[in-house]
Amino acid sequence: MKKIEAVIRKSKFEDVKQALYDVGIDWFSYWDITGLGKSTEEQVVRGQVFKSGYIQRRMISIVVRDQNAEKTVNAILNSGWTGETGDGKIFVSDIQETFRIRTKESGPDALFNK
Amino acid sequence: MKKYSIAILILLGVFSSNVVAQNTISHITPSISAGDTAWMLVATAFVLLMSIPGLALFYGGLVRRKNVLNVFMQVFVLVAVISIEWVVVGYSNAFGSNSIDFLKPFIGGFHWAFLENINLSDLSPYFISHSQLAANGTLVGTIPHIVFIMFQCMFAVITPALIIGAFAERINFKGFLIFSILWTIFIYNPVAHWVWSSDGWLFKLGALDFAGGTVVHINAGVAAIVTAIMLGKRRDYKGHAIPAHNITYVVIGAGLLWFGWFGFNAGSGLAADGLAANAFMVTHIAAAAAALTWALLDWFIDKRPTVVGISTGAVGGLVAITPAAGFVGIPGALAIGVLVSLVCFCMVAYVKPKLGYDDSLDAFGVHGIGGILGAILTGVLASPFVQSAYSGAIYGNFHQLWIQFLAVGVTIIYSGIGTFILFKITDKFVSLRALDKHEEIGLDETQHGETAYTNFD
Repeated sequence: MKKIEAVIRKSKFEDVKQALYDVGIDWFSYWDITGLGKSTEEQVVRGQVFKSGYIQRRMISIVVRDQNAEKTVNAILNSGWTGETGDGKIFVSDIQETFRIRTKESGPDALFNK
Repeated sequence: MKKYSIAILILLGVFSSNVVAQNTISHITPSISAGDTAWMLVATAFVLLMSIPGLALFYGGLVRRKNVLNVFMQVFVLVAVISIEWVVVGYSNAFGSNSIDFLKPFIGGFHWAFLENINLSDLSPYFISHSQLAANGTLVGTIPHIVFIMFQCMFAVITPALIIGAFAERINFKGFLIFSILWTIFIYNPVAHWVWSSDGWLFKLGALDFAGGTVVHINAGVAAIVTAIMLGKRRDYKGHAIPAHNITYVVIGAGLLWFGWFGFNAGSGLAADGLAANAFMVTHIAAAAAALTWALLDWFIDKRPTVVGISTGAVGGLVAITPAAGFVGIPGALAIGVLVSLVCFCMVAYVKPKLGYDDSLDAFGVHGIGGILGAILTGVLASPFVQSAYSGAIYGNFHQLWIQFLAVGVTIIYSGIGTFILFKITDKFVSLRALDKHEEIGLDETQHGETAYTNFD
């Protein structure tokens, strides 16, 4: 089992979601995050313009069976792309164990997407 | 048949009101005007709406999320505590007369403390355009005295609340409360007496302040910059404004301020008449012109019109038209609206960062500077076509401009020095600056034990 975490542009979220649906991944969590990096945003407050020093992005976290990892990553790579600085990152890591609370199943069977 | 009886009733009504009107003209029995009183009751409630929730939302939205409740609480507690102060001594000190002769022009006495000696049936001794002769030969207004007291109460409440913008996010709540009460007693009440009381020395000189440019806005604005400097910068202040945590609040707050300001300005004529209508109109037009000007400045200079900008501009316009609302017409309102945004924009965008003081929410930059500009422009633009007795420099009356400068200068000096002294005294007993640790964690949690936005279900 793999965990795929992706930091993406908020504006690309709908595209990424659709791309994931298209490859059959329809079970994941996401949340809004604030981070630091190269593409800081500009803020204007009462005539003063300054670098805000932070970046607003969205993080998606997906746990999939090993055989689904590659297509999931590819779906995000292709749908989250604009070519500008700040498109984000994808991190893939191993997951030791998964449990489904309702049925007490464990291992890959506990995951939603076959 | 029914129609006829209604028509007869209406005719009777018209006749009977004519009779009342004739009585008023011949000064037999002074009577309350239902129209004036109804409007003033509503206007009074409008002005309360400016403080809570108007100003609370405007300021609360501008601070960071860890301090929003602290700002709400500061405004709310002032509504409670200053209202009580007002009936205990405030009204008497501000609008009463003093039994000691040499103090008469400077401060009222205690004749009306606890609203003693004021009866339900008394008519307001203060009036602008509607007056009538009372049995004892003095002129009185057309609304109950109590209505005037409550209307002025709302002004006393909002004035110290305006200062909150200067020291937001870094003041100890207890110190704030003590300072604000002292400030209202020793700064607001005397200045209100000077400018608005019939005994006041600036009133007698002929200073024009229709709805509180000097008394409310310059007074609070100067106190704002003094407290901002004395309290020092916020620990996170990096030479530019800290972005607002909730701009939607700022917009709701600015909208409620705009709405409430109709009560503030159009109510200051103390009657439901043409003068009130004029004040209503110029208030609206000045706010519109100022909002638009600020948005355009943003657009040209920083490439984008900002929402905080247009809201700030509107408030600046409302501040500046306040002293002028009963004296200028549309051209004056437009000029004031455009100029105030130009000046206040330069102040907060360029001058403030250069000088380096941390006026958190620009209480001085908008209320102080806007108030000063409005008071001076009143002396320039006052038009005899609005109130024939008053004219400004463009109508050849340079004397008025000089008096406006004098009133502004005196208020700046008195409020500046007075605030300095009261700050020092309060700081001796209760440290006004919040503890470093408290400022870091946020004043909501450390001063009030509450959190504005939680994840609780």
